[in-house]
Amino acid sequence: MPSQREIRRRIGSAKNIKQITRAMQFVAASKLRRAQESTLAARPYREKLDEVIADLAAVLSGEDHPLLADRDLGQPHSRLIVIITSDRGLAGALNTNTIRFASREIVEHPGHLRVATVGRKGRDAMRRARVPIAAHFEGFGDRPSFADTLPLARLVTDDFVAGTYDRVDVVYSRFISTLTQKPVLEQLLPVVPSADTAGIPGNQFLFEPSPDEFLRALLPRYVATRLFQAVLEAKASEESSRMVAMKNATENAEELIDDLTLSYNKVRQANITREMVEIASGASAR
Amino acid sequence: MSLHLEIVTPERLAYSDDVDMVLVPGIEGELGILPHHTPLASLLGYGELRIRKDGQEESFAIVGGFLQVRPDKVVVMAETASLASEIDLERAQEARKEAERALESGFHEGADLSAARASLQHALLHIRVAERHRREGPRSRG
Repeated sequence: MPSQREIRRRIGSAKNIKQITRAMQFVAASKLRRAQESTLAARPYREKLDEVIADLAAVLSGEDHPLLADRDLGQPHSRLIVIITSDRGLAGALNTNTIRFASREIVEHPGHLRVATVGRKGRDAMRRARVPIAAHFEGFGDRPSFADTLPLARLVTDDFVAGTYDRVDVVYSRFISTLTQKPVLEQLLPVVPSADTAGIPGNQFLFEPSPDEFLRALLPRYVATRLFQAVLEAKASEESSRMVAMKNATENAEELIDDLTLSYNKVRQANITREMVEIASGASAR
Repeated sequence: MSLHLEIVTPERLAYSDDVDMVLVPGIEGELGILPHHTPLASLLGYGELRIRKDGQEESFAIVGGFLQVRPDKVVVMAETASLASEIDLERAQEARKEAERALESGFHEGADLSAARASLQHALLHIRVAERHRREGPRSRG
C-alpha cells in the first residue's frame, strides 16, 4: 500500500490537472460560441454564390472556364486532397477521426495523389504515413478570416488550371452540433454546379462586363469561399470537441480525487490503528 | 411589387430587407435598380451603395464582388460592406494616414505596396461615405 505522503502527492497532481482541464473547457466554450457564430454568419454568402452558379449551370460547360474542366475520366490521373485539422491537440478524437477518414480515402483510391494540409496535426499524420505533402498551412488562429484562406485557394486553383491536378477534394470535420462532428469529403474542383435551378436560367441573364469576365472572377472566388467555409466548420468542430473532451477530463479528475481521498483516509486510519495497537501492546508488556 | 435586397460578405449577412430602389456601384458605372429589372449578373466596382426605402435612404461602402439581379430580388455579394452610420471616421482617417505612410516609405517591397494601395483606397472610400452620411444626416429624402 502506498504511503500517506505518496497518496497526498497524487491527490495534489489530480487537482492541478482538474484545474487546467476545467480552464480549458471554459476557454473552449467561449471560443466555440464565437466560432459557431462566424460559421453561421458565413453561410449566406456561400449559399448566394451557389445560387448564382446554379443559375448559370444551364449555359456552363468545361470550355467556358478552366475551373469547370472535367478532365477526370472515371479514374482521376492526379489528385489533391486538402485536409483540414487543428494546430493544437487535446481536442478529443476530432483529429484522429478526420485523419482516419482521409487515410481511408487515400488507401481506397491509390494513384498519383498528394495532400495539402491545414493544421499541424494533419501534417504530422501525413508525414508519418509518408503521403507526399504539396503544401502546408497553419496558424489561422481562433478567428480565421477570409483573407487567411486566400493563399491556399490561389494555390489550389493555379495548380488545377496548370494541370498539376485533375481533381481537388477537401476533407474537414463538419460541425453538426456541440456533440456531433462528422468528417466529410467534398469535391472542390472541377466546380460542379448544383443541379437545383429553381431560379432563372443563365441564358436569360445579361452579363457585365461579359459572361467570360464574370465567370473568371466568380469561380476562383467560389473555390475560396468553400475553403473558407470548411476552415470555419473545422474550427467550430475543434472547439466543441475540445470542450467536450475537457469536460470529460475534468469529471475523470474529480472521480480520481474522490478515489484517492478514500484510500488516503483508509491508509491514515490503518496507520492510526497500528499505532494504537503498538502503544497498547507496549503498555501491557510493561 | 417590391424588391428584395440582400447584401452578403464572406463573413456575414449585412442586409436583408424589401426596398424601393437600390443604387449599386457596378464595374461599369452606377446601376439604379427598380423592381422588374432585367435579369443581370455583374461584377461590382467599389463605391457607395444606396438604398431607398419608404423615403429613407441608407448607404453602404462596398468593395468588389458580384451582383445578381432578378425581377424581384437583388443579391449583392461584396468583399466588404460597411453601413455608413457604422463607419468609424477616426479609425478610417487613421487607416488612411497609415496607408499613406506605408506608400511613402515602402517603395522596395512590391507586395506591401499593392496592399497599402488597396487599404488606402478602402480608407478613402470609407471616409467619403461616412462624411457624406454625417453631412446629410439620417434625415429622410424623397
